[in-house]
Amino acid sequence: MTSLLRAVLTICALLYASVAVADDFSALVQALPKGSYHARSVVVKKLGLLGDARAVPVLKALNNDDLKVAGDGTVLIVNDTTGAATSAIGGAAMGKPDPNSLDRVKANNMVRRAIRTAIGMLTLRDPDPAKRMKAAEDALKAADPEQIDALDAAISAERDAGVKAVMAEARAAAVLKSDAPEAQKLAAIHTLGDRGDNAALAALVPVANSKEPALAQAAKTALSAIREAQQFWRLAQNIWFGLSLGSVLLLAAVGLAITFGVMGVINMAHGELVMLGAYTTFVVQQVIRADAPGLFGWSLAIAAPLAFLVSGAVGIAIERGIVRHLYGRPLETLLATWGVSLILQQAVRTIFGPDNRDVGNPGWMSGAFKIGQMQVTWNRLWILIFCLAVFAVLLAVLKKTPIGLQMRAVTQNRAMAANMGIRTGGVDALTFGLGAGIAGLAGVALSQVDNVSPNLGQNYIVDSFMVVVFGGAGNIWGTLAGAFTLGIANKFLEPFSGAVLAKILILVGIILFIQKRPRGLFAVKGRAVES
Amino acid sequence: MNITRRSLLGGIAAVGAAPLVAPVRGWAAEDTIKVGILHSLSGTMAISETTLKDVMLMLIAQQNAKGGVLGKKLEPVVVDPASNWPLFAEKARELISQDKVAVVFGCWTSVSRKSVLPVFKELDNILFYPVQYEGQESERNVFYTGAAPNQQAIPAVDYLMSEDGGSVKRWVLEGTDYVYPRTTNKILEAYLKSKGVAAEDIMINYTPFSFSDWQTEVSKIKAFGSAGKKTAVVSTINGDANVPFYKELANQGIKAEDIPVCAFSVGEEELAGLDTKPLVGHLAAWNYFESIKTPENEAFIAEWHKFTGNPKRVTNDPMEAHYIGFNMWVKAVEKAGTIKADTVIDTLPGIKTPNLTGGVAEMLPNHHITKPVYVGEIQEDGQFDVVWQTKGLVPGQPWSPYLPESKNLVSDWVKLKCGNYDTVKKICLGAKS
Repeated sequence: MTSLLRAVLTICALLYASVAVADDFSALVQALPKGSYHARSVVVKKLGLLGDARAVPVLKALNNDDLKVAGDGTVLIVNDTTGAATSAIGGAAMGKPDPNSLDRVKANNMVRRAIRTAIGMLTLRDPDPAKRMKAAEDALKAADPEQIDALDAAISAERDAGVKAVMAEARAAAVLKSDAPEAQKLAAIHTLGDRGDNAALAALVPVANSKEPALAQAAKTALSAIREAQQFWRLAQNIWFGLSLGSVLLLAAVGLAITFGVMGVINMAHGELVMLGAYTTFVVQQVIRADAPGLFGWSLAIAAPLAFLVSGAVGIAIERGIVRHLYGRPLETLLATWGVSLILQQAVRTIFGPDNRDVGNPGWMSGAFKIGQMQVTWNRLWILIFCLAVFAVLLAVLKKTPIGLQMRAVTQNRAMAANMGIRTGGVDALTFGLGAGIAGLAGVALSQVDNVSPNLGQNYIVDSFMVVVFGGAGNIWGTLAGAFTLGIANKFLEPFSGAVLAKILILVGIILFIQKRPRGLFAVKGRAVES
Repeated sequence: MNITRRSLLGGIAAVGAAPLVAPVRGWAAEDTIKVGILHSLSGTMAISETTLKDVMLMLIAQQNAKGGVLGKKLEPVVVDPASNWPLFAEKARELISQDKVAVVFGCWTSVSRKSVLPVFKELDNILFYPVQYEGQESERNVFYTGAAPNQQAIPAVDYLMSEDGGSVKRWVLEGTDYVYPRTTNKILEAYLKSKGVAAEDIMINYTPFSFSDWQTEVSKIKAFGSAGKKTAVVSTINGDANVPFYKELANQGIKAEDIPVCAFSVGEEELAGLDTKPLVGHLAAWNYFESIKTPENEAFIAEWHKFTGNPKRVTNDPMEAHYIGFNMWVKAVEKAGTIKADTVIDTLPGIKTPNLTGGVAEMLPNHHITKPVYVGEIQEDGQFDVVWQTKGLVPGQPWSPYLPESKNLVSDWVKLKCGNYDTVKKICLGAKS
């Protein structure tokens, strides 16, 4: 009898408990639309600590601006595309309410930060290790002492060693902010010191300024160890930044290395040929967005050959129409091509408008990955690879194909080449077109890192000439070496001198260098030079 | 954007003609009031200024449909100073001396404004300047309808320091290297220090115009932001350089929740060239957002779409400034009964006209206007969501009280007849400072 009574009582208690939890949850959700952003973020935090998985869709909806409140105070989750609403508390379908009758529950950065932490707390025990990892990283960023219990529970249940380590680091960061005993905090400092990245720094710096001498000392030791290790990574990072800047410079300059370096034509419209490549990418993406959204990941691969053809064709038109009449008159060529550049700019401005065009990054060009403490962004990596590939193909064309042979023959000794039966006019046009086409390829790559506007080309023309002159006109390898040298030098100067001064220093450096070696890094030698 | 064959052909045809027809003249009516429009239609600034030329043409067309001013039609005179600062002065002179315009609406960058100032003083004409600027100036011939620093920069920083804004303790002031960012950052630095921010918690960086390789700068911001204190970036980066800056932020994984960027030169127009998904939550401070729902604003946007024939064209803050400035000028001319510059200059202070966000803009004796200040967060659709606004209208204040060289200065063109009156020495400094 007593046992029966106890059982009944237990069931009642359990029922009551679950009702109480449900009440907490619904009360909190009901409270979400009210009050200031600060009040909202407090409610979000409570939802996270409640440990009720039903909160996850509600918080996600709030984050994505899908949480609405009806006139009678019912909180709804409204699907963005279909407009179908479900109750935020029970999940029941509520039909399709009139969007004008609903008020959006707004989130700002503070609320979004609270949401991230709360969702992190709720997904610490998620079956998907990637989600648990993200949850642990978010907990590390939040470093909130109230998370310690949940983290402890998650750590003891965790099987994945990598996730477990991050959870321990998140716990350590939270411990440092709590009023835990000194021994625990010292252990936490040790854990974070081993992590050794910016997140660890963020957690340790305040401790180093704390009033307890033992803790401050330990934190300072850990900090100096981290900073020492970061020195090495900073060096690696600078080299990487330099390489990626160099790859952009090389792409912009390599076409010019042919038209200016090999042919000796001062082509001021080179930048605009780059811009045309970028606009070709834009048009290709526009067509894909409208007609075949599934192909978006391929948009750059489709745009590259088209950009080569468009810029190449424009280049040939410039050569046949203008430049060919001005061979041997560099000043007039300069002025004429400068005029062409203005016409091309204004043409694009008239057709596409003066404002920036949105060229999207396909998924594989977005984001970054880490090598040690060094962050490598995907778009820069792909541009480096692309630029080396373009360079290799160009070199092969010049060195291994009959047309490349003819190009070199014509530029080195026009009269002799003509005597051998080469149609020098046609070869001139093709060479110029090749240089222009490569400028178009550069435009495809630059559309991924710079803004696509009619001014795009102007920003690169000076840099391109600088690279070609510095590397040594007439030598493609010189352009390669010049671009990477300038890129790396720039990136090593920038942290100390600032971006503005770095640019000036580089320019002064090149001027001095040219005084010493007028033909650049890799001067072309031999009789061809003298003519 | 739809590229039809006809627009393509039209575009190609226009290209050949474009350089020839750059100074577009309106119809040559015998008795009209001419209104000068001095905005770059080519070169680097065309990206921002072309829109302002369009909005002026729309406002003038609307006014003409209502019967013009003083019984006469308005005639727009458009010139193209081509983002070339000395050319601004030449074109201004041409507008005033040759075309005999009654008023000029124009300029974007501070350097272009400074370049035309002597011309407006010498020939005694009126310039309406529609862009937020660094202050430290008040001229008799210029009416500043954009924000002074106390109508944009200072309130934005106040928001970031508040609890709702994230209680920011550490500041990166990132700007393009020219007069507006340098002066604004000087004011902000002095203001932050007056609020007890330590010097080591402020980092100031400058980059050249059209800067595109932000890798080092962004990683510097990231490192600066990992000192255990809430960090924010206040950006006075201008024009072209913004797109690669935001792209790099997104790629290096800096989220608005961690390090928000609050920009003073990024509006709806600039976001149109960007994929805004990774930027949600980054901030901008302005006196107008397209997303603000008022009947006036909705009507304005509808007119704009009709006028441009493009339902996707966005509106932005300097456009509203021209809207206010133009309406103020029309009111002042009607009140004065003449277009004579001297009379209109004296009539303008005190003129009130509704703005687009439900308030009333008043021209103050210091030639600045009253404005509300809004802080908005970037949304996925490229619009801004207002998260904070000032309680009432903020009167524009040209001279910053936070800089030692200007803290005693006031401007009053009504009673004192002076743009830089020293309240301690009780003298008008006049043109020499």
